[in-house]
Amino acid sequence: MMRLLSVLISGIISWQALANDQVINADTAPTVDKHSAVLIELVQKLPVTKLKKLPVLVEQLASTATLKNTKKTRDVLQYLVDGELYYIKANKHVVRAVNGENKTYTLTDILADETFAPVNKSKIKKIKTNNRLRGEIRGYIAKIDLSSSDKNTRIDAINQILSNPSKPGLSAVRALLATEQNDDVRELMNVTLLTEQLKHGSHAEKIAAIKQIEDSLQPVVKNAMTQLLDNLPTNNKSTEEKILAANLTKAIKSIDGKRDLFGYLETIFFGLSLGSVLLLAAIGLTITFGVMGVINMAHGEMMMLGAYTTYVIQLAFPNLIEYSLLMAVPAAFLVSGFVGIIIERGVIRHLKGRPLETLLATFGISLMLQQLVRTVFSPLNRQVQAPEWMTGSLQINPVFALTYNRLYILLFSLLVFFALLMILKKTSLGLHVRAVSQDREMARALSIKSDWVDAATFGLGSGVAGVAGVVLSQLTNVGPNLGQAYIIDSFLVVVFGGVGSLWGTLVAAMSLGSINKFLEPITGSVLANIIVLVGLVLFIQKRPKGLFPQKGRASD
Amino acid sequence: MKFKKLLVASSIVASGLMANFANAADTIKVGVLHSLSGTMAISETTLKDTVLMMIEEQNKAGGVLGKQLEPVVVDPASNWPLFAEKTRELLAKEKVDVIFGCWTSVSRKSALPVLEELNGLLFYPVQYEGEESSKNVFYTGAAPNQQAIPAVDYLMEEIGATRWVLAGTDYVYPRTTNKILKAYLKSKGVKDADIMVNYTPFGHSDWQGIVSDIKKFGSAGKKTAVVSTINGDANIPFYKELGNQGISAEDIPVVAFSVGEEELSGFDTKPLIGHLAAWNYFQSVESDENEAFIASWKKYIGDDKRVTNDPMEATYIGFKMWVKAVEKAGTTDVDAVEQALIGVAVPNLTGGIAVMNPNHHLSKPVLIGEIQADGQFEVVSSTPDTVIGDAWSDFLPSSKNLISDWTAPIECGSFDVKTAKCSGQNF
Amino acid sequence: MQLSTLFQKSITKLSHLHIVVGTLFIATLYVTVCNLFFTEGSLLHVSNYTVSLLGKYLCYALLALAIDLVWGYCGILSLGHGAFFTLGGYAMGMYLMRQIGDRGVYGNPDLPDFMVFLNLTELPWFWAGSSSVWWMVAMVFIGPGLLAYVFGMMAFRSRVSGVYLSIMTQAMTYALMLAFFRNEMGFGGNNGLTDFKEILGYSLQNPHTKLALFIATAFALAIGYFISNYIVNSKMGRVITATRDAENRVRFVGFKPEHYKVWIFVVSAILAGIAGALYVPQVGIINPGEFSPLNSIEMVIWVAIGGRCTLYGAIIGAIAVSYAKTRFTAIMPEAWLFGLGGLFVLVTLYLPKGIAGLLANLFDKLSIVKVDAAKGDIDKEKVADAEMKS
Repeated sequence: MMRLLSVLISGIISWQALANDQVINADTAPTVDKHSAVLIELVQKLPVTKLKKLPVLVEQLASTATLKNTKKTRDVLQYLVDGELYYIKANKHVVRAVNGENKTYTLTDILADETFAPVNKSKIKKIKTNNRLRGEIRGYIAKIDLSSSDKNTRIDAINQILSNPSKPGLSAVRALLATEQNDDVRELMNVTLLTEQLKHGSHAEKIAAIKQIEDSLQPVVKNAMTQLLDNLPTNNKSTEEKILAANLTKAIKSIDGKRDLFGYLETIFFGLSLGSVLLLAAIGLTITFGVMGVINMAHGEMMMLGAYTTYVIQLAFPNLIEYSLLMAVPAAFLVSGFVGIIIERGVIRHLKGRPLETLLATFGISLMLQQLVRTVFSPLNRQVQAPEWMTGSLQINPVFALTYNRLYILLFSLLVFFALLMILKKTSLGLHVRAVSQDREMARALSIKSDWVDAATFGLGSGVAGVAGVVLSQLTNVGPNLGQAYIIDSFLVVVFGGVGSLWGTLVAAMSLGSINKFLEPITGSVLANIIVLVGLVLFIQKRPKGLFPQKGRASD
Repeated sequence: MKFKKLLVASSIVASGLMANFANAADTIKVGVLHSLSGTMAISETTLKDTVLMMIEEQNKAGGVLGKQLEPVVVDPASNWPLFAEKTRELLAKEKVDVIFGCWTSVSRKSALPVLEELNGLLFYPVQYEGEESSKNVFYTGAAPNQQAIPAVDYLMEEIGATRWVLAGTDYVYPRTTNKILKAYLKSKGVKDADIMVNYTPFGHSDWQGIVSDIKKFGSAGKKTAVVSTINGDANIPFYKELGNQGISAEDIPVVAFSVGEEELSGFDTKPLIGHLAAWNYFQSVESDENEAFIASWKKYIGDDKRVTNDPMEATYIGFKMWVKAVEKAGTTDVDAVEQALIGVAVPNLTGGIAVMNPNHHLSKPVLIGEIQADGQFEVVSSTPDTVIGDAWSDFLPSSKNLISDWTAPIECGSFDVKTAKCSGQNF
Repeated sequence: MQLSTLFQKSITKLSHLHIVVGTLFIATLYVTVCNLFFTEGSLLHVSNYTVSLLGKYLCYALLALAIDLVWGYCGILSLGHGAFFTLGGYAMGMYLMRQIGDRGVYGNPDLPDFMVFLNLTELPWFWAGSSSVWWMVAMVFIGPGLLAYVFGMMAFRSRVSGVYLSIMTQAMTYALMLAFFRNEMGFGGNNGLTDFKEILGYSLQNPHTKLALFIATAFALAIGYFISNYIVNSKMGRVITATRDAENRVRFVGFKPEHYKVWIFVVSAILAGIAGALYVPQVGIINPGEFSPLNSIEMVIWVAIGGRCTLYGAIIGAIAVSYAKTRFTAIMPEAWLFGLGGLFVLVTLYLPKGIAGLLANLFDKLSIVKVDAAKGDIDKEKVADAEMKS
């Protein structure tokens, strides 16, 4: 009977596909087993089922996993959750569709990995899901994944069950606990079961559970404990309840203590990470403004150019997104550095000895660069993709995670900082730059080509700004206003640190970032900004030359 | 002697300033008051192009009242006082018959006194906080009851959210919306402890702390949803941080009122799949009008990847309504057109009919969409009928007795139904 | 021939003060007459639009004058003068807000609309008295003056100078912008104060009120010019200029330069505040956007373009740049930033002393006016800039 049905179904499929101008090779049509037949039957119901009725159907779909072949069920569920299940409008036949080139979709049979000719989007329609349904599907998938051979998949699966416990999920965990080999997975399984025990167990079981999981930082554990504590009567507790309450209070306190500790660590990380962005934005300015004395209002636009360079690189090499940032860093350095040199040779050179007028001229340049970008790239934000390795976070424990992009940016900013430090301290260019900045006439007398040094310095500062732009493209909008958002902060950092001091810029950026992040939870982000600014103004009254005042002839 | 010379000199200067060009006789002038530079250019340039496209199409179809339309584009440069100056320039100097423009509320508030003084006509195409109704302004974007409340209803009923984060940029629109929502949530029995309100400055780009707070707030065992009234520029960094900290739409869904196709077009939306937005229009809605609109937009702009969004639909509706009203009134005279506009119905782009109500607000359908991998939205819920825009929210104590009705006998933008008094009008 | 010699003779006796105030007076008279007595369509008619635009320009001119006073003569490059301007504007805005009375949309006789909306039941304490015109006048002086005094006392006493000072003024205006954006501040948040109805009982929509405001602004500018001119030519002005050129030497001679600096800073802030107060009723809105640091930079650019250290150059610069902006944004809305940005670059490169320098050169060649202000400017600038650099 089943066999007949499956033949019938596959017959219908091929006939329908042919009717739809699809090329299908009948010879390679899959041999359909019993499990697949049920699955296909259920899947073909998807297009005709309303969104509200879908959960029931999906449950049926998921239950086919109890049959022998779980992989196919899991695949179908995964396609559904990823939004890859479509049906062909003409015949309501369900296929898997993946976005291909030129707005066409590559269609595959849901079971047999068989590829049809690509079709236009208008020919097919997606099977809609919503958040709630996707959550449920992920639960089903997790249950299947519990017996996966990959450790991480299992951990993900248990986490899923832990945060959305369901009866079948829990019983599956219970069944698999005995045979689990890996310690990490076992521990997580234990926490899952004990949390359940905490919720529904007897009094003794509850206390035993508390004892065992009072070290767990899983939010679910604390929630379960708080809930349990809240549900105890406030007055007239029985002795049993009193013991339970005491145990719970103690456990919650210990969990809270640990959470607070990690909270502080997290805030420090946030502060340093904000500081690293400020550092990158300001460090180029330390060179152009601090060393050369040019008030470069176009500094922000140099960053913007760097960000747009990243965009262009991704556009040019769409298949190398993973490496795009690595390519963009030198490219942005060159582009912004080159533009910087042009600005220096074309405009700033003529304003020697009139640093204030550089403000005026570079402000004009910044307006023109913004408008240029608006004309060339349109005023809309451009899409810069994040490579895979920049997404997600490093989960240290359930309450403490470091996002990868911030982590890399923090490291990268320090790298840029030390590279610059080396350039200024160890290379002949650096020596010349410092010599010119301290006493131009004397340096010239010692046969240093001050013109050339100026151009190189400005190019270096602008180039570093371009590199900062690459980083900003990962954090914020890539649009014509990108630079303006950071220019004021950059100046503040440089002045706070002491004009011309690289170390000052580092300390200033990191401390401003940290202060801001420590104030933010207390005062809200708006007030935190204001307090930092006012504090900065007051600080400068106390130390009029910043944290690390420059010494020598140039300082007065 | 010197007096004469100076007089001549100053008259040259002054006449240069006046530079009064004679009006071309047989055109109808349409003012376009959208920022083309500065912070708002990102959003507003698109609307300028939309108006120009509509004008071009209308001219091809023979213009209005047998006359060609002539666009007058100015750039108020995201500078609010400049909006007032440019409005005056359009009305007094260029003598335009209608203005399409403004995005932010403050730009509208800046232009408003000039519009009322010189009796101009403005179509305002963006969703806003309400609490206003001027004789000279037609609001074709959503009022709070056409966006926020249906979205919260959806989260409550479909997602089962019981704990709420109201996150917004610190200005009037989020403040108002959040106030309305808070009152609404409380009326539904949500406790204060289950509502977290957070405001950030414009262009906020460092969301680490706030997203982490949201995560903590949402891990308390109750289903949590975020209602975001975060303004344009700050959204991308916010969503990036959400994605990186691993908050998926299934854990904590975020519903946004200021994030549309265009905001997402600068962004890789894969980590955001399933987060929501509430609008009155999505590009993905299937209707004949929409298909034609999208096609002509892509053709006009010469870019196959450009998207359409809700304020564009609002501009489209406003323009069509104005044309219809001018033809109905037989003149471009502001008073006549203003009266003719009330009750005008034109097809919207989602397959329904938009009607201009006596309070100068539209009837619109409310759609809830989920973000897809391609940056489009998929409608997961929509109101069965159109919702009438409410100028004065019923959930705010200050405005619950106020109504707006520009037809006789009330003819007032803020009419107190209890005291039967009309206030705040300039005439 | 005879005429021109007569003209030369008569004009040689004139100082800049006479020329500026005279031109201002004549221009105002001209605009007034042409606005009132020539009807629309006549060639000589000056429209109400032009009147309000000119009024705005004159406010900017007064503001630029204030900046030139501290920058040109005292070497203090303030990147935060927008703060004083805006504070003056808020003082006026608060007064105008209270004049609305019960004509607001919520019809509350005591509270402005935005307060009703924020659920306030009574006026915040700092709004007390704001319905009185004298309070307003006092606040226009006290608000910016006090801020300048406190800031100046702290900064100049601890000898903050050069770029540090510039960036600190920028931080000040930036902090104020963020603060005023907050709705809790009680100044209307992002929307600021708007929807004004009348001033001193006269409707703001009436063209005559606008004309009167324009005349008042011209008057204020003339007085401001007179005061500034008096200050820079007095003994004190010389100390101030000397402070700009060589602060330490002034100190060694026995003066206290910080006192002079604070004093001139306060005067300048008050002038800026008055400009702001006159600006608000003519523009119809005041909001925190005016505090934006970029605005303040633009103001400095007016002075630089006009030519600093001449006073009249600041006026010319403010009017010229604002006019260029008005025209460019209308003629080429998509590309005006190229024009404006290019203008800034070209002026810096080729007109180091701004338009005033150009005019002075022209006059010099015609040898009509002895240019006293430009004399020795190059040396001064060198010294001043050398100090700035440090």
